[in-house]
Amino acid sequence: MEIHKYEKWWLVFGGGTLLVFLIVLGVSAFHGGTHPNNSKWTINYEKVDEIAPFDNPGVHKVEGKDWDYEVVLVAQAFAYTPMEIEIPVGSKVRFIATTKDVIHGLGIAGTNINLMLEPGYVSEKITTVDEVGEYTIVCNEYCGTGHALMYSTLKVVDPNDNSN
Amino acid sequence: MTKQKKSSDDNLKGTLFATFGVGLVIIIVWVYCFDLFIGRF
Amino acid sequence: MTTATKETTQSTITTSVKEKIEKVDRRDAKLALAHIYVAFIALFLGGIAGLLQVLVRSGSFDLPSFINYYQVLTVHGVLLGLVLTTFFIMGFQAAGVSRSCGTFTDKQRAIGWAGFWVSTVGLVAAAAMILTNEASVLYTFYAPLQAHWIYYLGLALVIVGSWLSSLAQVMRFNQWRKEHKGQTTPLLGFMVVVNNFLWFVATLGVAVEVLVQLIPWSLGLVERVDVLLSRTLFWYFGHALVYFWLLPAYMIWYVVIPKVIGGKIFSDALAKLSFMLFLILSVPVGLHHQFTEPGIDPLWKFIQTILTMFVVVPSLMTAFSLFATFELRGRELGGKGIFGWFKKLPWNDSRFLLPFIAMVAFIPGGATGIVNASYQLNELVHNTIWVTGHFHLTVATGVALTYIGAAFWLIPHLNGRKLTKRANSMANCVGILWAIGMAIMSGAMHVAGLLGAPRRSAYSTYGGSEQATEWISYQVAQAIGGSILFIAILIITALIIYVSFFAPKGEEEFPIGEVAAGSAPTPAILENFKVWGVIMIAVIIFAYTIPIFDIINNSPLGSVGYKLW
Repeated sequence: MEIHKYEKWWLVFGGGTLLVFLIVLGVSAFHGGTHPNNSKWTINYEKVDEIAPFDNPGVHKVEGKDWDYEVVLVAQAFAYTPMEIEIPVGSKVRFIATTKDVIHGLGIAGTNINLMLEPGYVSEKITTVDEVGEYTIVCNEYCGTGHALMYSTLKVVDPNDNSN
Repeated sequence: MTKQKKSSDDNLKGTLFATFGVGLVIIIVWVYCFDLFIGRF
Repeated sequence: MTTATKETTQSTITTSVKEKIEKVDRRDAKLALAHIYVAFIALFLGGIAGLLQVLVRSGSFDLPSFINYYQVLTVHGVLLGLVLTTFFIMGFQAAGVSRSCGTFTDKQRAIGWAGFWVSTVGLVAAAAMILTNEASVLYTFYAPLQAHWIYYLGLALVIVGSWLSSLAQVMRFNQWRKEHKGQTTPLLGFMVVVNNFLWFVATLGVAVEVLVQLIPWSLGLVERVDVLLSRTLFWYFGHALVYFWLLPAYMIWYVVIPKVIGGKIFSDALAKLSFMLFLILSVPVGLHHQFTEPGIDPLWKFIQTILTMFVVVPSLMTAFSLFATFELRGRELGGKGIFGWFKKLPWNDSRFLLPFIAMVAFIPGGATGIVNASYQLNELVHNTIWVTGHFHLTVATGVALTYIGAAFWLIPHLNGRKLTKRANSMANCVGILWAIGMAIMSGAMHVAGLLGAPRRSAYSTYGGSEQATEWISYQVAQAIGGSILFIAILIITALIIYVSFFAPKGEEEFPIGEVAAGSAPTPAILENFKVWGVIMIAVIIFAYTIPIFDIINNSPLGSVGYKLW
């Protein structure tokens, strides 16, 4: 089979580009730790309210861990608990979330926090919230009639700013 | 035999540029998104 | 001496066979047309649904109280994602096989008709469930939202019907091979068989999901369903599905377009190689739809990221072949310089212009697809409306506009009419409207998606949030683009009715390109389905065994069904 010389150049250039993408992604993920949701934690989704930490949803300051805050979120049709999350800027946060019924999404607009919440599984993401702002948390997986009414808010605040 | 050689010598400069243009689009879109990703938490 | 005589006889036979099959047999044409008509009814109705969606999302329009937004969304996805595509593909492929390999035997044609009716019955059943609001679960029907069992059964029948249609096409191709031992197979027939093979292996995943998990569960025979397993089976199917849509468009690009522009197929061997690469790589990439899901090992997600990048390569090859076909023809017509050939292409011919616009749309569509599949970058875009923007460039333009452009000559070819000059100009208008409407709609979707706007959501201000306010201005732009697309769909529908029933009687060509003289013969290995089939299965087993074993092994309590609409 003959391949035109320019086609060889093109395949080397195109294939090489894809290879570079893969290397950048791979190093950033497996060395830099930027994996998407990789939790394997399972739970009885019918008893979420009785099982720690979901028996106490909200923002919790923690000591002696690799992160400063744990944010525990529970999703159900068609609301999140809690409705508002406030965290000081620069904190390292572990988001922990699950659902009590169908599949929901947890997308925090303007951030890389984007998790599928599936019944029976706990989804997790650890990140440092390094920019002040108000971020809308939306359910981004169809869950029923009230899907578009399902939201919450993440407020990343500067504790030294007394203007409010 | 001579015919085969001829087709390898076809003038495909435009094709070369066009495909590299496609490659450029791929790179620009990807790098832009990667940069956004890096900039967000 | 003997060899020479033999060759002459053979070439005489080939010529006479060619003359005999230049027109699709009337009986085969009816089978193809039946499929194509259903496809375009689906386009019209699905288009109405699409228009309603963009209007609702603009915030200035409310649906009447007896219709639910997600019901409309389900109609849109099922009609355009499953019905338009599957029916057009089966119609086009039946015509393509009949045209390139010869007319079907009565038995093959009967199997084809059985396929059509099984699919159609399934479609009607599923449609009845959607319209009675028993199945507002979208076309991806993610458990534990639970639709009526008839909805799942209906969709399963659509697929079973397509298996029968595919079978008839494969049988005709095999018959050609038996009758022409040792010869290079007709490119179009070969491509059809690759696509059917791919389709069969891919649909096994969704068939298991529906038949083993969802139907017994929705009937109440079992109480609980393994949600993650069902999603994984769906996406085993779901990404190969997009290649099942794409390959017929590639068939038109590779085989039909060269003839339309008066050029040659750049290389039979490279075209076949790219199709075989699609065959082995289209299925074992489904996990790239599940990056943000829990319960799946990151290593396997990344392995499938790598495989997804591999499946880009046959598209890179395709881009080269197509540009080369254009350039060689343009230079033949006197195009000078690096891009002079470009001006020589037949821009007034809708058979060329529409698929050309489709190809152009596929370039950014492919680029954004690479972002989607880039493992952690998926967090940036997953379930945002960026994804909707992406597949409106790929499937709703790259694929659909190619199909639409083909239907305008294929229907008259099949029913003995002509695509008139005026109809051709109208078709060109469709192409331009589509390009403008889609650029606006899809562009706005991409931007809003990067700002975090979710897909598959009715209008919402999210409690007056500042970010949501920003999204809404882009939703207005989407409504403008979507309205332009709807106007295009109205013209398409009128044109389809015209070429089906009113255009003047005559002969319209089914263009099939020939391979460039002097291009090297196709190595036999490229036509060996056993070898490529074994590689395909091996890659699938490699990519999926451990993830599925893990999912089953670590599965939590299953889910009962919910009807939350």
